[in-house]
Parts: sequence; C-alpha cells; structure tokens
Amino acid sequence: MSEASAPLSPWQTARITRIEKRTPRVTSFFFALSRPFAYRAGQHVDVRLTAPDGYQARRSYSIASAPESGAAIELAIEKLDDGEVSPFFHEVAAVGDEIELRGPLGGHFVWSDSDGGPLLLVGGGSGVVPLMAMVRHRTLRKSAVPVALMFSVRVWDEVIFRDELISLDDRRDGFDLVLTLTREAAQRPSDYSRRIDTAMVMQAQARLPQPPALAFVCGANAFVSAAAQALIDAGISADIIRTERYGV
Amino acid sequence: MVTRGFSSGRKPPTETDTRIPPGQYLEQGFPVLSAGPTPRVRTEDWSFTLKHGPRPIKKWNWAEFNQLPLTKMTRDIHCVTAWTKFDTAWQGVLVDDILADAGIEAPTGFLLAHGYDGYTTNVPAKDLTTGKAMVALLYEGKPITADHGGPARLLVPHLYFWKSAKWLNGLQFTERDEPGFWELRGYHIYGDPWREQRYSGDP
Repeated sequence: MSEASAPLSPWQTARITRIEKRTPRVTSFFFALSRPFAYRAGQHVDVRLTAPDGYQARRSYSIASAPESGAAIELAIEKLDDGEVSPFFHEVAAVGDEIELRGPLGGHFVWSDSDGGPLLLVGGGSGVVPLMAMVRHRTLRKSAVPVALMFSVRVWDEVIFRDELISLDDRRDGFDLVLTLTREAAQRPSDYSRRIDTAMVMQAQARLPQPPALAFVCGANAFVSAAAQALIDAGISADIIRTERYGV
Repeated sequence: MVTRGFSSGRKPPTETDTRIPPGQYLEQGFPVLSAGPTPRVRTEDWSFTLKHGPRPIKKWNWAEFNQLPLTKMTRDIHCVTAWTKFDTAWQGVLVDDILADAGIEAPTGFLLAHGYDGYTTNVPAKDLTTGKAMVALLYEGKPITADHGGPARLLVPHLYFWKSAKWLNGLQFTERDEPGFWELRGYHIYGDPWREQRYSGDP
C-alpha cells in the first residue's frame, strides 16, 4: 500500500490510563494514544477487540473529552447486558491494558466554537457523551456561544457527568443545563420529570438569547425520533437539526 | 493484536460466518440510523426524477412509479456501524427497469442518489445496474416505514448500507464520481464491506 492511499485514521494501540465510574451503568475509560490525533467535539472512535483465535469485535464510541483537554481521550461506555464489547470494558479491562482503536471518525455530528450558535443540545442517557465533548470544548475555549443542554435520563443517579454539568450550569456564563428525569421527581427547581416534549423544548429554547442556529440530538433511536420531532414541533427547522442514533 | 481477556464467545457458527464481512456482527433487529430528523413524505406528494447532470430525463409520480415492474430481492445487508442483518426481504423497481422505462442506457459511469432530506450518496453505474440494485417500495411485504426510508429507498445490498439512500427522490448521472454526504465527511468513496472500506483512505 502506498503512502498516498494510507487510511486517514489507521488502527493504533492505546493504553488505558484511568478508569472512572460515572454512574451505575456508565464508566469512563481514559486512553493514552500511541499516535495522538486532533479531533473535533462530537467525533467518535472505533474500538476493536481481538480474541486469541483471531475473532474480532468492533464498536463505535463517542469521545467525551474536549479536543483541547490533552493527549488522553475519554470514552464513557454504557454497559449493555446483551453486549459483547461493553461488558468486556466493564468486567475485564484494567488500567495498563492496550486496546486497538482508530479515529477520529465522523464529520457531521461535530461542533467547534467557530461554528457559532446558539446551540441546543439534546441527549438521552449515554447519548450525552458527544454533547459533553461540545460543552467541554466551549468551556476550555472560553467561548461565549450560548448553549442549552437538555439531558434526559431515568433517575438522578444516572445523570452522567452530573457534578461537572451542575458546576458549569452554576457559572451562569451562557451554558444552561436542563435535566429531565423520566422515572423520578425533579431534584432542582428548574428541572423536569417527564419525557422531552414540545413545551419543554420551547422553555429550553427561551433560555437562549436567540433561537438556536444548530441543534444536536443524540441517544437511542426511539429517543432521537421523539426528541427531534419535539424540536420540529417547537418551530426549529429540520435543516439545523443533526442527529446521531444507536440501538434498534 | 490479541486483547487481554477477550474471548470469541460471540463468534458466529461456521455455517453463517462466511456471510458476515470482516468486523461485522450479526444483528437480529433492524437498527435505524440517519443524519437528521425523519422526513414524513406522503405518497401523494412523492415523486422520483431521473437526471443526467442538471437535466431531468424523466419524472414519475407514486402511481406511475408503481406501474413499473416489481422485483423481489432478499439480501444480507451490512451497516458501517458494524451490524449485519441476514435475509432482508424487499420489493421494488430495479434500476435497470427505471432506465428501460426512461428509454436510456447509463450515459455516464456514475450516479448520485438524492433523498428528500437533502442526503446524497454516490454509486458507480455498474453497481446499480444488471440486477444489483433497486428502488425499494416494500419491506417484508409492507410499505417501508418512514424510519427505514419510506416511501422509497435505494437498495444497494452489496455495499455498506449508507449507500442505500433513504427517502429517495431521484437518481442523477454525473460525469465524475462525486462524493455524497457521508463520503464528504470521512466515509469511503465506494464502501465494499468485504474489503472493509469504511472510512476515507481504507484500501
């Protein structure tokens, strides 16, 4: 294979440097890359596991860390009981292990502060991960772009990055966090306890100084379908809504 | 590189693993992926336009398009996000039959498929003709749901499934191989799952 046709994102080895439990079902794994790459908030990597007999399993995981946060990348991986790769990470992977990955991948569900805003981010469960990279990117860039993050989870203990998000919300610097718990009472006065609907989107939108210029919606397929429809019904043009879906 | 502690517990049985391209796993469900919200296109508003460059060759409405010969195609499909689904059963109009109805043979070697959502994807003409691809109208005997690209989607089962454009409203012959939506955003220009052509620059 000639140099010119080499893959833009070749497989590389990355070492797990830190493991941090985020919620009962989501754990963050920090990887030191052997070939560090520049990436944009919202991009993902493909991870590949290889068994002794050569069998391989691969899955895509969004990067949770901001591009400017240093050489290590953070993947926040939700454990799926019927999964093949996520149980490996949750039950087997340890600090020091070497894992194959390639990236950065995906050029659509991405945002940089130079893209402007205001921005409406809508995440369901672990769908918040690529949105977290955008929020962290905004913070580290000291960007003034107004951002509202609507984050839907079942219960308070499943709010991934909860302390960090609440402390960013408390800064009152143009980032607004709207939590909604679908199976528990709201814990903060400004939060909700129901599924995301049109009225909630309109209220979240009203926290932005102008209507959003871009909206990103990420989560399980049923969540994204319902949330994207709620955005459209709230008057947001389908042309500015980008989605990323997973699951059946 | 062998991953410490990872075993091949999910390795497919040998009678099926020859049907699973490298890096793919077998999925029983039918996952939904799209870059934006799901367009709701009513069949009374639907139309399909065949173009050569900017020039329309022929346009069909839903009733006219449904008069074209219907062909059954049952194929394994392969999504770049690594799932493979066996024996998906479609019915639709072969691209060959669309060209025949328009009274033309492929005037160039390349096409762009267009969707109602503004999505585009490029496929060489030889991959759409000679019975290899269709505009699908039915999935498992029923109208294709909006989530899965209905009323009509392209079906090019031998390439990664992002090539099978949802909410299809046209095919356009182009003089050159013009990258489409995902091909401009880091995905492979051709997308052969058996050669694992997922991303730009993959051999």
